[in-house]
Amino acid sequence: MTEYLLLVVYAVLVNNILLAQFLGNCPFLGTSQKMSTATGMAMAVIFVLTFAGVITWAVQWYVLVPLELEYLQTIAFILVIAALVQLVEIVLQKTAPALYSALGIFLPLITTNCAVLGVAIINIKEDYDFANTVVFSFASAVGFGLALVLFAGLRERFALSRMPKALQGTVSGLITAGLMALAFQGFMKLGG
Amino acid sequence: MEVLAAALVIGGIGMISAIGLGVAAKVFAVYIDPKVVEVDEVLPGANCGGCGYTGCAAAATAVVKGKAGPNVCVVGGQECAEAVAAIMGLSAEEGEVGIAELGCKYDVRKAHLLFDYDGIEDCRAAALVNGGGKVCSMGCLGFGTCISACQFGALYRGADGLPAVDKEKCTACGACERICPKGIIRVQTPSRKFTHVQTDDDCVAPCQATCPAQIDIPAYIAAIGRGDYEKAVCIIKESNPFPLVCGRVCPHVCESVCRRNDIDEPVNINHLKRFAADFEMNSGKRFLPQVLPSNGKRVAIIGAGPGGLTCAYYLARMGYYVKVFEAMPKPGGMLLYGIPEYRLPKKTLEWEIGGILELGVELECDKALGKDFTIEDLYEQEYDAIFLAVGAWDSRRLGVPGEQDFPQVASGTEFLIKRGLGEETPVGSDVIIVGGGNTAMDAARTSWRLGAENVYLLYRRSRKEMPANDIEVDEGEHEGIKYHFLAAPTKLIGTGGKLDAMEFLKMELGEPDASGRRRPVPIEGSESNIQADNVFSAIGQSPDLTCLDAEGVATGLNRTKWNSIVAADGTMQTDVANIFSGGDAWRGAATAVEAIRDGRFAARSINLFLMGEEMTLPSNWYAKAPKLPGIDEGIKLDTSERAKMIELSVDERRMNFNEVELGITEEMAKKESERCLQCGEVCYQGYREKAS
Repeated sequence: MTEYLLLVVYAVLVNNILLAQFLGNCPFLGTSQKMSTATGMAMAVIFVLTFAGVITWAVQWYVLVPLELEYLQTIAFILVIAALVQLVEIVLQKTAPALYSALGIFLPLITTNCAVLGVAIINIKEDYDFANTVVFSFASAVGFGLALVLFAGLRERFALSRMPKALQGTVSGLITAGLMALAFQGFMKLGG
Repeated sequence: MEVLAAALVIGGIGMISAIGLGVAAKVFAVYIDPKVVEVDEVLPGANCGGCGYTGCAAAATAVVKGKAGPNVCVVGGQECAEAVAAIMGLSAEEGEVGIAELGCKYDVRKAHLLFDYDGIEDCRAAALVNGGGKVCSMGCLGFGTCISACQFGALYRGADGLPAVDKEKCTACGACERICPKGIIRVQTPSRKFTHVQTDDDCVAPCQATCPAQIDIPAYIAAIGRGDYEKAVCIIKESNPFPLVCGRVCPHVCESVCRRNDIDEPVNINHLKRFAADFEMNSGKRFLPQVLPSNGKRVAIIGAGPGGLTCAYYLARMGYYVKVFEAMPKPGGMLLYGIPEYRLPKKTLEWEIGGILELGVELECDKALGKDFTIEDLYEQEYDAIFLAVGAWDSRRLGVPGEQDFPQVASGTEFLIKRGLGEETPVGSDVIIVGGGNTAMDAARTSWRLGAENVYLLYRRSRKEMPANDIEVDEGEHEGIKYHFLAAPTKLIGTGGKLDAMEFLKMELGEPDASGRRRPVPIEGSESNIQADNVFSAIGQSPDLTCLDAEGVATGLNRTKWNSIVAADGTMQTDVANIFSGGDAWRGAATAVEAIRDGRFAARSINLFLMGEEMTLPSNWYAKAPKLPGIDEGIKLDTSERAKMIELSVDERRMNFNEVELGITEEMAKKESERCLQCGEVCYQGYREKAS
């Protein structure tokens, strides 16, 4: 149990996918202007990343490794993730219309989210077993959501404050992201 | 070999994914209206959310469900709207077209002075610091948050520092309205305007705040100044469908609060309105407004006076089926039967009412409530709501001995109604009118036109207290009407059914009464006689609600002790949920413009009521005109002369009923429109020039 807890802390805070790994920066900057958009995106990512982690883990260990085709990992994962997102969308629309309309247009956008592919590949690199894969994928997505929501909160304040023209918009966004990453570095020493 | 294996594996995964998706699509197929798919296909697919729905698919669903019009897409433009309309079998023209409009005129400099200090450069932040709405004295804060919010580049900063709208680019998406913290920029559609009730949050000039009909006076004067008379008429008709009538008979309280009063004379607002309205009539072409597609709901209106017809006009514009029932042979109510020809020619009135009927309003005359039909009958004919505007047709009696004995004694309204019906109303050479209101003036000036040598007007208070319009009293004086102020009738004298004279008492003014006017007190022993062939009393009118007396006509409707219908001010709703009332029947004898206000307010409430929405007014609505500040001390503005109405000479008026006021010329109207200070709530043009 402690192992999983540590993994969660590691994925959410210490090795945050956005602020330590710098993966998934396009939605980080693109959907962080408004809090409502940011939370919508965060929920969609949590949903898809958990599923994608599991499926890609299966593809790796039951298809690619037995056939000794590990070098096809990237292309195979992209293919699987793209199909998965479509599948999730179809299933959701039928089974959970409320959730479907809440996640709205964010689901298809995730097809091209590098954080999803990144987590899938980390799962393999770190040699996680199935349970660890599920926990790590879910926790990474939560970390993504946390960073995104914090960032959106800051950017909403920025919109209301005085700022030199040259720093407005993406510029201040990137600087803030850098400062947030520094803050998250502080978690490195967490737990010794 | 390696390559083949790789290709097979990737192909295999692809194939499995494809089969999986195919199966899932089959198993989890959701029935989607093929129309939604069709509509979705013609939408641009930008998923911009400008329409207010989450993506194009959601917008398509809304269109098919009827929640959005064919012009839902804010980026697709006319082409897209037409394509959607073609699929839905609708006309793309049917929806209302909105446009962003700025509700503020000046003061943005003042805002900068105040807020730059705080180091803020965003309207929302400034409003957080200093409060929203119109709580602070300035309007637009001028930081241009709306400009950056506009996705379509339709807003830019105008020369005066205020945001300006590029009408070509504006898509009415509403982003600016949502972001503006003070409600200054709004997406306006005609129906949103004519169902609007003024509140503290609106920036209105004193004239607009005081006008019972709440007409946007500075806007139509500016339109006249630009020579855009059609626009001027349209602006007026957003609050008042009777500009021809009101341009002639309105007591124009707006002019008494005009800020120009502090400099020289008020702007001749009413005659500018008449000028614009006359322009429409003389052009021969009606400026017909857009009528929304039918919504299948039916409203019955009882009484084709100014209140009833106004309500009918706005409901018709919103797509209601409206039928007006009128007890008299012709529509117009007191406008037709109470106001004489020389003030309001019948033809002019007919033309104006024609414009209302042309919107599809049905009219049935000679149909009296209580006699020919009951409220129950209307329910049986499946009317969803009723507007009861039966007016105030009962007149108060003099209550002096001899009143019942002579056929030559009548009430002023009876006399005027007879004339309105086209009956002969001969008068003798000496006519006495009792009363000081507009009806008294109308009866007096009508008698003079019919050939009376001596027309006397008795009023128990002094001239200052006369409720009649000043212009009426002045014109009556020019026409030779002899005023007897501080006089009250006591007895009618005659022999054998023939009236000879009227005895009256002199009065003096005592303590002020409940109305704030000084109460007249008779002077004992001051009786004197005036010779009289006819006596007309015009000392007050009240609603004649005998039509509601019969059993089952109006179950549940309550009346006040003044015999008027009980209804809530603002919503105009009576004690029966789907019956609304207004005009004289609700407020007692009053002016046309007040009935017009009630009619429009009732149309607003009926619309909300029938759509199942909340119709309560915001608590800060202007139930009474607010008192707004005048011109600041120490401000010097140029004086200019007020336009004078062109009139018939007194000699030209005798023995005929030709219209006395002839209107003002285009040149005069243009010049007069320049006198307008284009005020806001606290600001005015003079201030702007001073500040810049």
